[in-house]
Amino acid sequence: MKNISASNRRDFLKTTALTGAGLMIGANSFGKGKNAKKIAKAGAAVLDLEINPFIIISTDGSIALINPRPDMGQGSTQAAPSLIAEELEVSLDQVKLIQSDGKAKYGSQQSGGSSTVRGLWTSLRKAGAAAKEMMIEVAAKRWNALPADCYAENGRIKLRNSDKSFGFGELVDDASKLTVPKNPKLKDPKDFKIIGKYNKRLDVPERVTGKAVYGIDVEVPGMVYACMLHSPAIHGKVVSIDDTEAKKVKGVLQIIKAQRQMPHRTSEAVAVIATNWWAAMKGRKALKVQWDNGDLAKTMTTDKYFADCYEAAKKEGINHEEQGDFNAKFANAKDKIEAVYETPFLAHAPIEPECAVVHQKEDGSVEVWAHVQGPDGALGDVSRFFGVSSDKVKINVPLLGGSFGRKAYHDYLNEACYLAKELKKPVKVIWTREDDIAQGPYRPGMLSSMQGYVSNGRITGFHHHAIGESILGQVFKGLRPDEADPWLSGELSTENSKYNFPVSKISWTHVKTDIPVVWWRSVYASNFGWGQECFMDELAQKAGKDPLEARLALIKDERYRNVLTTLAEKANWKEKLPTGQGKGIAIFASFGSISAACVTVSKNGNGVKIDKVVSVLDCGYYVNPDHVKAQTEGNIVMGISAAVKGGITFTNGVCDQTNYDKYHVMRLSEAPKMEIHIIDSGANPGGVGEPGLPPIAPALGNAIFAATGKRIRKLPFDLNTLA
Amino acid sequence: MSAYNLNVNGKKVKVDVESDMPLLWVIRDFVGLKGTKYGCGMAQCGACTIHVDGQPARSCQMPVSSLPKNAKITTIEGIGEKQLHAVQEAWIEEQVPQCGYCQSGQIMSAVGLLKSNPNPTDADIDAYMNGNLCRCGTYDRIRKGIHRAADRMKAG
Repeated sequence: MKNISASNRRDFLKTTALTGAGLMIGANSFGKGKNAKKIAKAGAAVLDLEINPFIIISTDGSIALINPRPDMGQGSTQAAPSLIAEELEVSLDQVKLIQSDGKAKYGSQQSGGSSTVRGLWTSLRKAGAAAKEMMIEVAAKRWNALPADCYAENGRIKLRNSDKSFGFGELVDDASKLTVPKNPKLKDPKDFKIIGKYNKRLDVPERVTGKAVYGIDVEVPGMVYACMLHSPAIHGKVVSIDDTEAKKVKGVLQIIKAQRQMPHRTSEAVAVIATNWWAAMKGRKALKVQWDNGDLAKTMTTDKYFADCYEAAKKEGINHEEQGDFNAKFANAKDKIEAVYETPFLAHAPIEPECAVVHQKEDGSVEVWAHVQGPDGALGDVSRFFGVSSDKVKINVPLLGGSFGRKAYHDYLNEACYLAKELKKPVKVIWTREDDIAQGPYRPGMLSSMQGYVSNGRITGFHHHAIGESILGQVFKGLRPDEADPWLSGELSTENSKYNFPVSKISWTHVKTDIPVVWWRSVYASNFGWGQECFMDELAQKAGKDPLEARLALIKDERYRNVLTTLAEKANWKEKLPTGQGKGIAIFASFGSISAACVTVSKNGNGVKIDKVVSVLDCGYYVNPDHVKAQTEGNIVMGISAAVKGGITFTNGVCDQTNYDKYHVMRLSEAPKMEIHIIDSGANPGGVGEPGLPPIAPALGNAIFAATGKRIRKLPFDLNTLA
Repeated sequence: MSAYNLNVNGKKVKVDVESDMPLLWVIRDFVGLKGTKYGCGMAQCGACTIHVDGQPARSCQMPVSSLPKNAKITTIEGIGEKQLHAVQEAWIEEQVPQCGYCQSGQIMSAVGLLKSNPNPTDADIDAYMNGNLCRCGTYDRIRKGIHRAADRMKAG
C-alpha cells in the first residue's frame, strides 16, 4: 500500500492530482516505471476506470481505493479502505490509497464524531461488493458460466472447480459499462479476512522514517511564507501598524493587514510575508501593532465566565428531559445532596500547529494543500471565499499531525486564502505554537450542577444541570434562546446513560463568552462525564452502596451491564486494597460506543499517584483491534491530561497560556500503566477515536475519593497536592 | 546572509542563511529534509530532535552559527538509510505511531538513549524521554518500543 504521503513530494502532488478524475482515459495514473514501459511496448494506453467514486481499477490491473476521511492519527487511512478491500477481495498491500479531495461524489468526508467506520460501514462495503459483482458478471459471461460459480480472490475473479481466472485489469473495461448494482450482497461477518483482524498499519514505516508528508511539509514552486500576528485579545481591531523594523529583517517581503475568518466572526490580523518562515517569524517579532480591544477584557475573562456559570447554577435551567416532578420530589427528599462540578477550557494543542498552502492561479482556479479534518467543508469555504465554482477548486489533504477537533475549524486555511488572493502567488501560513495555544478555539469550560436523592439504598432522583457556552450556539449560530443544546443534552439523556432513575431531569443554561470554542476530543462528553459519574459515586455513598452495585441496580441494558461487569472482573474491582489505595469506576456512552474505566491510585505525600488504568470498550464491529487499542490508550492519556494538567484561562481578554511551558500536557514519565479490553459484541459499529476518554477523569476522581476521602469537583487539579 | 558548509547525514550541503536561523529551519527549508518537525520553538516538545556529533539536540534552539566546526548532523532520514535502525523496526513492530508527527523526535531521542544506556529500565526511559511530547498518547508503546529495540540491538 502507498498513500498520498509518498516519499517523493512531486509524486505526492501528482498522485493527489488524480483524485476525482472520474473516468480517466489515456492516463496511467498509478503506474510508473515498470508499467509505463509495458504500455510503451504494447503501444496502447492504460485505462483508469472509476467503477464508483471509491474504487479505480486500471486496465493494467493496478487498483486505487479512495479514503474519504483525513487521517489525524486515528488510522482512517487504513480503516476506511479496509471496508472496501474486504468486499472487493483485495489486500491493502496490493492497492494504492488516495485521500479524497472534498468533491461531493464522495459524500461526507469530515473526520469527526468518531464516524469513520460507523459512518462508512455499509456504504464502503457496498462499493467494494458492487465492483466485485460487476467483474464477476463480465467473467461469467466470457466463460459462459453462472455468476454463482465465480468468485473473487486476491484481486482476481476465479471460476470454481477450474484453473480459469481473470485479473481485475482484464475485466474492468467491460465491467465499467455495466450498471452498478444497488444492493450487492455483502459478506457474512464470519467470512471477514481483514475486518476485525489484527493488521499492521502499512503507513507506519513512512511515519518512522521522516517520509510521511504532513500539512507543514508541503512545498510548491514559487511559494512564499507567512507568519500571522493575531490580536492578543483574539477579536481586537488593528489601530495602527508600525512595520519599520519588521521590514528590515532579511527575507521579509511585505507586511499585509489581513484577516482571520472564523466560522462565526472575522477578526483582524497582520501578516508578515517572507522568503522563508523563520524570517517571517522574526519579522512578526519586530512588528509594532496597536490594537483596539473594545470591551473584550470583560467578555473574555474566564473568572468572570465561571462566576456567571455559578450564578446560573443557582437558578432553574431550560428542561431537556424530565421524568416525574424532580423539583417537588427533591424538595421533600430526606437523603439528598447537591454539588457543582467544573471542567476548564482546553486547547487541543496537536504537536503539528495549524498551517495551509493556497494558490490562486492565473485562470482563477485555486489549489489548496491543507491538513483539514473536512475536505468537503474546506472545498465549500474556499470556493465561497474566492467566488469560484467548486470545480475550479482542488483540495489536497496531507496528513494531520494530530488534531483532536482543532483542524475541523479552518480559520488558518481561510487566512491563507485571504493572503493568496492578495499576493497572487502560492503562500504557506504556519501558526506558531503560541498562536495555537493562545488564539483558540477551545473546548468550552462548563459546569455540571448536580442534585440527587436516595431512598431505601437506591439512587432514586437525579438532576444534571449543564451550564456554559454552546458550540452549536457560538460557532453555528444554531441554538434558540429557549432551547436546551441538543448536542449535549442528548449525551446526558437517560436514553444514553441507560440509568433508569425513577425521577430525573436534564436541564441546560447557556452562558455565552467571546472566547472561541469548538469540538475537542469527545466534545461535551469530556465535560459532562466528569459531573455525571463522580456524582453517581456521591449518591452511591449516600445510599450506602458499592459504586458498581449502585450503577448495576439502575441499568437493565445488557451491553452496558456487560461493559461494567467485564470491567469489574478485569480490574479486580472486589479485591481488598491496603489503606491509602483506592479504585474508582465510571461509565459513559458516546459516539455509539460504551466505555468504562477503572483507575487505581495510591496516596503519595499530599497527593496521589496513578497506579493503573483499565479501560473496557464495546464499540460493536471494528476494523482493527490494534487501532481500537491504540485509540483507547490515547484516550487514557488525554483524559488524565485533561484532568490534572493544563487548563486554559483568560485574564482581561488575553489567554494566560502560550506554549507547552505554561499549557502542560502529559509527559511520558506521567503515563500510567494501562490495560485495554475490547468487547466483541457484534453490534453495529460505534465510534473508536473518542468514546474511551469521558470515563477517565471521573474514574480518577472516584479513585481519589476511595483512597483519600477527598472529593475533587473542579478540574484541573494537581495530583501531587490535593486540596 | 552567510554561507555554511554543513554535513547532514554524511552529505556535504552548502546553505546561505542568516546566522541566527535555528538548525531546524535550515534543515527543513534549506536542506529540504522535512522529517525533523517544528512543535514549539522553545525546546519544550522535542519534535525537532536531531543528533549533532551523535548527541541528541533540540534543533529549534540551535542557531546555525553555533554549530561546532565540522559537526556531523544526523536527522531521522539519516539513521536508517540503508537498513532501518533497530528503533525504527521496533516502532513498526509495536505500531507506536498514531499521527506520527512527534515520532521523528521520539526516535532520535530513543536512539540517543540506547547509545548511552543499552539496557534502560522503565525509570531510565521515563527520565530520558520526558522532553519529547506525544499528544496522541503513544507513551506506553514508546516504552515497549525502546525495550524491544534494546533487545534487538543486544541480539545484534
